[in-house]
Parts: sequence; C-alpha cells; structure tokens
Amino acid sequence: MPKKSKNQEARNPYLPAIGTIIETIQETPTIKTFRVVLDDKDEMERFTFQPGQVGQLSAFGVGEATFVINSSPTRMDYLQFSVMRAGEVTAKLHALSTGDQVGVRAPLGNWFPYEELKGKDIVFIGGGIGMAPLRTLLLYMLDNRKDYGKITLLYGARTPQDMAFQYELPEWLEREDLDATLTIDVEAEGWEHSVGLIPNVLLEMAPSAENCAAITCGPPIMIKFTLQALQKLGFQDDQIITTLEKRMKCGVGICGRCNIGTKYVCVDGPVFTYAQLKTLPNEL
Amino acid sequence: MAAKYLKKENLVSWLQTLAKERLTLVPRREGDAVVFRPFAPGQDIPLDQQATTPPKAAVFPQCEPLLAFKYAKDPENPGKVGVQVKEKLGDTPSVVVGCRPCDARGFLTFDRVYDSDRASDLNYLTRRRNTLFATLACDEPASTCFCNWVGSGPADAEGSDILMVPVEGGFVLEPVTEAGEKLMEQAPLEDAGDKAALAEAVKENAAKALGEAPDLSQAREKLLSLFDNMDFWEGVSAKCISCGACTYLCPTCYCFNITDEQSGAEGVRLRTWDNCMSYLFTMEASGHNPRPTKAHRLKNRVGHKFSYYPDIHDGHIACCGCGRCIKSCPSSVDIRQIVLQAIAASAASE
Repeated sequence: MPKKSKNQEARNPYLPAIGTIIETIQETPTIKTFRVVLDDKDEMERFTFQPGQVGQLSAFGVGEATFVINSSPTRMDYLQFSVMRAGEVTAKLHALSTGDQVGVRAPLGNWFPYEELKGKDIVFIGGGIGMAPLRTLLLYMLDNRKDYGKITLLYGARTPQDMAFQYELPEWLEREDLDATLTIDVEAEGWEHSVGLIPNVLLEMAPSAENCAAITCGPPIMIKFTLQALQKLGFQDDQIITTLEKRMKCGVGICGRCNIGTKYVCVDGPVFTYAQLKTLPNEL
Repeated sequence: MAAKYLKKENLVSWLQTLAKERLTLVPRREGDAVVFRPFAPGQDIPLDQQATTPPKAAVFPQCEPLLAFKYAKDPENPGKVGVQVKEKLGDTPSVVVGCRPCDARGFLTFDRVYDSDRASDLNYLTRRRNTLFATLACDEPASTCFCNWVGSGPADAEGSDILMVPVEGGFVLEPVTEAGEKLMEQAPLEDAGDKAALAEAVKENAAKALGEAPDLSQAREKLLSLFDNMDFWEGVSAKCISCGACTYLCPTCYCFNITDEQSGAEGVRLRTWDNCMSYLFTMEASGHNPRPTKAHRLKNRVGHKFSYYPDIHDGHIACCGCGRCIKSCPSSVDIRQIVLQAIAASAASE
C-alpha cells in the first residue's frame, strides 16, 4: 500500500462543510427551496462549482441526500437547493427554517457542457422538480447571454400549484432574449398559459434542431415521450442532454450503488447526452 | 532478510510479542465458525482451514463511525441550535496473522477504488496503512477454491507483508515487505536450512492441486453482451434467496451504506457493509428501483466483479477466488458456473 494517497491534498470526502440556511421558499406543496451560505467565510468565498453539479445535504441525525445546486455560479451570494419531500431525509430538511444549519458536501459530479454549447440555440425542457437542474444552466446562460443563440424554455407541471420558481417566472416570460412557455397538464381556473403534456406542447412549438441542443430533465415518463418528440423534430442523440438521478450515498464513486454498468452516476454523471446513455446497459 | 523457520511451538510466543505493539488478529473458533479475533494467550489457533469469514473487518469494519456530530445551544442566543461535526479515523496499528493469500489480496480490489484520482477514503486508508498481513500459504486447496482463475495462487504474496509456508513442524517465513521483515525480527526464528526446499514443494503441490484454470479473458465482453438477456439471468439466479451471505463473506465486496444515529443531542454518522442482493440497495425515494428483481441484482454482482470493475481497473477481476460465496451459499449458487455459463451461452448465441 503506497504511503501517499493519490489525492495529495486529500480532504475527507465524507466530512461536510457546515452551512446556514439564510432563506427558505415553499415553492409548491411538496418542494421547498433552501438558500445556504457556508459558515466558514473563506470557504464560501473560495467555493466554485459548474452548472449541473450536485451536492449532498445533511440533516445530521437523519442522513444525507443528493440535490443539484440550482443557483448559478454567476450568482454566488448563496447556494440554492430545491428539495422535493419524498423520504426521511427530505422530510427532515423540510422541517428546517432560516438560521438552521445543514451539512454540505459539494460540488460533486460532472456538469452541463456549457463551453461546447456556446454559439448554439438552446431548448430547455423541464418537468416538475426536473426544472431545478435546468435552472442553474438557464441562469448561467442568461448571465452570459451573448455567448448563446436563441434560448427557448418549456416548463411544465401538473397544476399551477406545482409550478416552482414562481417568483422569477414573470421575468422569464417578459424577457425578450428568452422564449418561455409554461404548461400544465389540464385546464385550471385563472391559468393563462399553455395546457397540455410537455411532449405535445413541444411538438406544437416545433423548435428547429439545426445548431441546437435540447436540455431536458423530469420524471421518467415525461423523458420517454420528450425523447420521442425531440427525435420527431430532428434532434440527433448527441444534441440531447439530460441529467440523471440514482440512489446515492458516498457521492464520490466508492459506495457502489449508482452504477449503470461501468459508469457511476455520482462521478461520471449526473449529466449525460442521450448518445452516451445509449452506449450504457439498459438499467435506468 | 532470507526465509527463516519458525517452529510451531514458537508461534504463540511470537504472537505474544506482536500483541504488545499491535492489535494482533488471529483465527479463532466461535461455534461452527472460524473468525479473526484479537489474540488471547491460551487460545486455540485453527490454522488448518480457511477462516469462515475473511479478515475484511480489520481494515474495513462492518460498522464504523465516519463522523461524530453534536447539537448545542448557542450561548449568545439560546434560541439558536448549532451543530459541530468531527471526522473519526481509526489508526490502531494492527497485524493479521494466519489469513490466506486470497484474504490479503482482497484488499487490492479495495485499494484501486478507495484511493483513486477521484477520491481518497481516509477512513479506509488510515486503517489500511496501519494493518500488516502475515499470510499463511495454502497447502491443501478446497474444492471451492479458485484463486488461480483470477490471477492468483495458493502461495501468492501480493498484498501480504510476510508469507508463512506451512511445513512439517512449523512454518517457513518469507519476508515480502520491509514492515514484514521488522515483524519477523521479533520472532524466535531459525535458519530455514533444508526446510526452504520443503516449502517450495508445498507451494508446487498446492498449485498443482488447483488444476488448470479456465480462460476468463472473454468474460468481460460476454457478460455485457448478456445484459438484456433476462432469461439467462433469471435462470442462473433461480436458486438465489437474496440473503446476501455472499456479499458479507466476500473479501472484495466493498459497497457500503451510510446512516445516522442520534441519541439526545449527539450522534454519529456510520458506515456499514451493504449488500447489493437487497431490494433496498438501489431503491429510490420515488419508489422506482432500477434493479427490482434478484435476477437484476445477481447480474450486477457478477457483472461488477468480472466485467465492469476489470473494465475500469486495467483488467483486474474484483474477485479473489476464495470460494466463500460458494461454500456458504444456502442455496448452492456457484459464481464460477455463472461466469462459465455466460462465456459459453454468448458463444453459442453468436
């Protein structure tokens, strides 16, 4: 056993930084957003991440779970995580409020290829909580607007009440350099935007696939039909980018549960092109 | 240092010396099982058989604290509760005496994962660097042994610090590392003399007893080509009862879970061995499970060891051939047969 580890400056990968919640937003009945600042000022100042990278949030005593950092690296006042209540850890996180501390292990995983996307048109297609990972890249691109072509957003949720990030939707709808469409599954009173399932609305919008990348995230059933719609619109496999979720523990490629064949979603992902996913064994 | 001879009756005095400086783990009988436990004077040391459990826990405890945390009220603002978190690393100097070459080699599978370019697992590495292995070469392989299939052999010294070859009346000790040499200096040794030739004969006979190893070089691709053939996986997993004994007894199974335990204002974050044969291993909070049946799970276990891991790690198979998973399986699942069937099945289907 060599005496020196491969990571010379090795820090303990399981030791979270401590952060304080500076603000919470109840986005929907099941989604709560946390804005977190690391307690160590120097660490917060040094902290960098790439759009699409994730972090493990700890509620000490209950456990850890993985969430995308959905704020943008261009806006470093805080790190934002949006948590859908689904299990024990998320239930405990939902019970926290401003001033409470959490553990943060971040950044983890890979990121959206925002450098390679420069000069291209971009279509974001987000469903439900799947909007969270798209938000970080959308904000990054809006903050570097001249680097990208036409930017289109299609964001869908089941009902108006399930739509997160409502505090910034009006701005997104108004911006002239962003073509934003919101949709819900069925008609609802007072709803002034599109109605219909995301893949159908996408087909009606019919964005051109030429020099364009589609970035999508959402529940598996939505992804399945959105992929079909994108293919109908002429998008090739390497023009479609998504970000995956798996049960994760360590977040650093060791604990062994998030693999799809040889690839570990926590370190080789979570971001994959559809072309990359097709080379992996079928075990999503 | 050359090979030396240790008389059987001097083993205990060596262990007593070692135990003064290090946690000294030796095989010990507990019920029907032979397990590694701290050496206690007067104990029987069963060296004539492979231990029921490998010495995995010496470096990778079945349960270990990764962190300790404590909630405390802020004295300035009693309404506010803060949390303090400390890492916990185990660094007791240890030595395992009497494990087998497969047992010591098991940790090589860990090393490639626990100290990679991506992350260094300090809890593992601290114990790993503080643990030495005086390994007993095998003179009589069991029918379940297949270390020669996976690039090893009954006298393989890789991963060990001392190799002890059993001969009439005692052991021929061969130093493998400098640290092992230092341990040998503390033993009441004699010149090996003509015992050295006996040791070579023991090694040769054991290697012969294992017989010819089949060629597994095709397994990597063949297993992958069978990924979507669920008939195959349902067939080979039909007997499996998802008990996970194979994973807990495996020297190379390195997957783990992380859970928190809290009592009052204090608690620990624990790492425990996990078991990929369990439904819960990949179960997501949404209810979705990418490996919903035992066929999916056994496929991942065999695939990981003989295909995915070798693909990532220069062809090294994540199996040390100890055969415990075969010996202790309550329903007689034999991983050797699955790998051979995979090679044959996909050859037939091409």
